[in-house]
Amino acid sequence: MSRLDEAFGQIRSEKRTGLVTYVTAGDPDLVRTRSILRTLDEAGADVLEVGVPFSDPLADGPVIQRASERARAGGTTLAATLEMIGGARGELRAPVVVFSYANPILAMGSQTFAARASDAGVDGVLALDLPIEEAGDFRATMLDAGLDPIFLLSPTTSDARIKRAAELGRGFLYGISRLGVTGARTELADGAERMAARIRAQTQMPLALGFGVSTAEHVAAIGRWADAAVVGSALVSVIEKAAGDATLESALAAYVQELTSGHGSARYAEGRVDETRRLERHHGVRATDGRE
Amino acid sequence: MTESVISAPVFGQRDPDERGYFGAYGGRYVPETLVAPIGALEIAYLEARRDPTFGRDLHRLLTTYVGRPTPLAPAERLSAAVGGAQILLKREDLAHTGAHKINNALGQALLAARMGKRRIVAETGAGQHGVATATACALLGLDCDVYMGADDMARQALNVVRMQLLGASVRRVEGGSRTLKDAVNEAMRDWVTNVTDTYYLLGSVLGPHPYPLMVREFQSVIGREARAQAIEAGGVPDVVVACVGGGSNALGIFDGFVDDAAVRLVGVEAGGEAIVPGRHAARFAGGTMGVLQGTRSYVLQDAHGNIEPTHSVSAGLDYAAIGPEHAWMRDLGRAEYTWVTDDQALHAFHELCRREGIMPALESAHAVAHAMTLAGTLEGSARILVNLSGRGDKDVDSVAARLDDSSAAGGGA
Repeated sequence: MSRLDEAFGQIRSEKRTGLVTYVTAGDPDLVRTRSILRTLDEAGADVLEVGVPFSDPLADGPVIQRASERARAGGTTLAATLEMIGGARGELRAPVVVFSYANPILAMGSQTFAARASDAGVDGVLALDLPIEEAGDFRATMLDAGLDPIFLLSPTTSDARIKRAAELGRGFLYGISRLGVTGARTELADGAERMAARIRAQTQMPLALGFGVSTAEHVAAIGRWADAAVVGSALVSVIEKAAGDATLESALAAYVQELTSGHGSARYAEGRVDETRRLERHHGVRATDGRE
Repeated sequence: MTESVISAPVFGQRDPDERGYFGAYGGRYVPETLVAPIGALEIAYLEARRDPTFGRDLHRLLTTYVGRPTPLAPAERLSAAVGGAQILLKREDLAHTGAHKINNALGQALLAARMGKRRIVAETGAGQHGVATATACALLGLDCDVYMGADDMARQALNVVRMQLLGASVRRVEGGSRTLKDAVNEAMRDWVTNVTDTYYLLGSVLGPHPYPLMVREFQSVIGREARAQAIEAGGVPDVVVACVGGGSNALGIFDGFVDDAAVRLVGVEAGGEAIVPGRHAARFAGGTMGVLQGTRSYVLQDAHGNIEPTHSVSAGLDYAAIGPEHAWMRDLGRAEYTWVTDDQALHAFHELCRREGIMPALESAHAVAHAMTLAGTLEGSARILVNLSGRGDKDVDSVAARLDDSSAAGGGA
């Protein structure tokens, strides 16, 4: 059983909404990314996605494009990202997923990448522009190295493809809840619920829904349809605004606690006690959120 | 009347495998959201090319609107000045809008209309594909947004105005290297967001399958005409030369001669200032296998898989990847590839202006430059066919700026 399986198993057994966080490696620099990952982990993130900066992030909106440019300006590469994860792994509870465009992985060589990622303690890999049809060898290489290959689903994905992704993927399925590039929105896409239902009709595999998630209400709403919410651009915006300031980690921690508070959730009343227990169990501290 | 028969479309002669691979190159490396729309595009294209009505509509536009066939004629004074082989020019610069790009733009715009898409997005480097797309959209009554890098907008200002006059919105791209590659990223972001009502009209033999196939098939009219015209004028040429950015004009003319084993096919990449990272766009000289913008091919990249900046005096050749079918043709030994520098291309630009009264696009001037070099190494009876892919009006400001620089430098000496 992989660390991702355990994480989603726990989310389900605790009947709460999981939180998958995304940050770009090397934004503002790799030392700081390690500290950011520790913060997100301690604040209650269930899965830590680490984005590899790339020169041509064609599926990303402006926020993650800028993060990628900042990271590249500081010299962050895929190799350095894996090294950082290797250093951080021992400090982290949550599974780590590397989120990358195909080319940096192919330039390193899929075999070398799998070996290095496995050594670094990476749990899963999502290659954004390797759809199922192109991912055959890549998937086998990841599985051989003990890494979970994760596939994306979008509103344009057919039911048959959803089924295939569930058969071929491991860990969880990542559902993009609307058309378009990454980026926070004030409203969740109308289609998110319908999409989750479509996926649920094909598979009971753990499902995380993302793209546009930025508030506790979004997370709570997603919790009614899926196992977890993915928050990316909104977190990256917090990192961008802090511009390396010492208050960054506390701002991120407060934001993650807000997102996982269950506030606005139909489950809030029943989930509240569990939530407090969870924080105590994992971090040995009482949640100090004002609502507690 | 009968002459226009040689401009009739022919499809399905040289398809990639069912996954869109030419040998080890090509494929469909796209985010999940685009998988279904690209699948639908492939089906629509394969249906359209089987439909005689589609072929007839395209043929009618190519003859009555584009003005095909374009002429093929010897460059007599240039050939005499260079010595050696005779240089022939296939005059795509005389096609409507001034470049070969219109052949593909009309084909895809017809397909978009057939698919019921009312909005077109496109990328452009030199602006020729943008102008061709804006033109096709004006003709067919489609909405048109063209993404263009901020640097390219500055160096191809004439084409920006042309697109606007034709009713297109030109969207400035400030990200990345502010050139063609970044315009493609932005066009793809638009497409992924508006995929239900929008058609992405890609301008070269690049991107995910079926674009490399489709664009080559729409451009292969160049080669079919050129072969018939060359035979009428004495026989197939010994060498066919074309510039290669993504490589659509080159594949378009090569396609006519690919079965003539004795005809050498030569693609000319942009050598820029020098074959040093960041200062050229010669993928076969400085590139390695990679994936960029949907396709697997030779790419200029660093050791970490990030795409390297490129440079060429010609915006249309200033791109980090080469069309996958070119990589395959090179592996097979069916086509050979070389590069010429900015300075060689500029020299050829001036030579063609003064000796033939033809002002070529700086892209096409790369092919002319190589033909001039090659001519001197061949017998006088040999014939070199150059695809003169576009006209140079758009480049007048860039060339004039270079003239000012060199005369200022000369004055100081």
